[in-house]
Amino acid sequence: MEEKIKARVMDSKKIKRAFQRITTEIVERNRDLNELVIVGIRTRGVFIAKRIQQLIKTMEEASVPLGILDITLYRDDFSELEPQHIIKKTEIPFDIAGKDVVLVDDVIFTGRTTRAAMDSLFDLGRPRSIQLLVFIDRGHRELPIQPDYIGKFLPTSRREKVKVRLKEIDKIDEVLITEPVKI
Amino acid sequence: MAFQHTHLLGIEDLTREDILTVLETADSFLEVSSREVKKVPVLRGKTIVNLFMEPSTRTRSSFELASKRLSADIINFSKQTSAVVKGESLRDTIENLESMQTDAIIIRHEASGSPHYIASFCRSHVINAGDGTHEHPTQALLDAFTIRQKKKRLEGLKVVIVGDCVNSRVAKSNILCLTRLGARVTLAGPPAFVPEQLKSLGADIEYNLDKALESADVVMMLRIQMERMQKNCFPSLREYAQLFSLTPQRMNRAKKRAILMHPGPINKGIELTSEMASSDRSVILKQVENGVAVRMAILYLLLGGKEREITA
Repeated sequence: MEEKIKARVMDSKKIKRAFQRITTEIVERNRDLNELVIVGIRTRGVFIAKRIQQLIKTMEEASVPLGILDITLYRDDFSELEPQHIIKKTEIPFDIAGKDVVLVDDVIFTGRTTRAAMDSLFDLGRPRSIQLLVFIDRGHRELPIQPDYIGKFLPTSRREKVKVRLKEIDKIDEVLITEPVKI
Repeated sequence: MAFQHTHLLGIEDLTREDILTVLETADSFLEVSSREVKKVPVLRGKTIVNLFMEPSTRTRSSFELASKRLSADIINFSKQTSAVVKGESLRDTIENLESMQTDAIIIRHEASGSPHYIASFCRSHVINAGDGTHEHPTQALLDAFTIRQKKKRLEGLKVVIVGDCVNSRVAKSNILCLTRLGARVTLAGPPAFVPEQLKSLGADIEYNLDKALESADVVMMLRIQMERMQKNCFPSLREYAQLFSLTPQRMNRAKKRAILMHPGPINKGIELTSEMASSDRSVILKQVENGVAVRMAILYLLLGGKEREITA
């Protein structure tokens, strides 16, 4: 389906500021950074998580472990997905039991991805707490899930789509609102 | 990367891309088996039948574990404990099981082509777990997976398959699978076991084991299948062992880092010495371990995702 860009809501400067603010919030809230781990949800959550990890390092000189979660096998809308949703690896090379986990995703919409991610985390161990970081909160939740750290709250219509584009894979840092073109 | 099959009846139906999709997917499932909670919910609510008309340890438990680790419900069914001994036909058996709303039927049967026959009338996904002397696709896929894991590639490798190739479904599926992935396959054994016709599948033939092993990257030994052999196939087991048993001396003719494979069960002292089976060249137990991940991949690719219309 063809899509047109309706608005460019964040550029690289705004994105950079949001990252710095979120990182400060994480550091403020979690006094014991030794117990903190970051887990990014594939695909873009991983790149956001990596940037946060880097910022914590520069800000606090602390190295926080980073894990990668593929939640395909835990989705509740599984049978509605295309038949061949390629499964990628979950790579969490440390024990999450007893840790404070910051779960990272690019956009929160219905909350179903977060639900799936939490189920997946619990199968890997029992964390002391899970905090949710999303870069964009676009509203329309279908489950009682709220993020702890938000880059930007962006009220949208259901028809619209939010695209977080990151240098690491999209060559540019920006956030776009797009809409399918009516034919 | 789309895997558009309803059933897995044989490697002959799969393209190179299909095979690679299975191997990639299996790679991700390997991680699930290393977790403390070895289970993901992706096939929750699916019912799978493990229908084994021939004895099996590895394949059957591997499929059972694969199903359970994907959260599917599985029932095990063997010939001896079923109404088949009272004379119920295969078709009746399948239709009765299916009326209990099954989603997939995994079948091992002594008659070649039986999974194809079942697939012609049943609604469930059919997975061939070995049919007579025809094919054993999941074994070939897990063998290819294991070779790729150990050698990082398949293109250009020399794979030598030794033993009763004509009666072996493992050999046939492996020839098809490995040649599709770019490996060169050489079959070795006495002429009765490696007849000229097998060349039509794309393999080379060599009657002298020592020659065949020259510069091999992978050596795959097959079991002598007493249950499938006609009389007078070879003079004696002892003679066969002398000519075709893999000993450390023979293995030295292969490349230095060549790996040794066997689909199991092993007749120790016949096709292989015990010493070789537990040597550092042997990846036999790795094959078994990888089998679960490969079967999880197959079940996921067939049963996961959108329900497709199955045409009879």
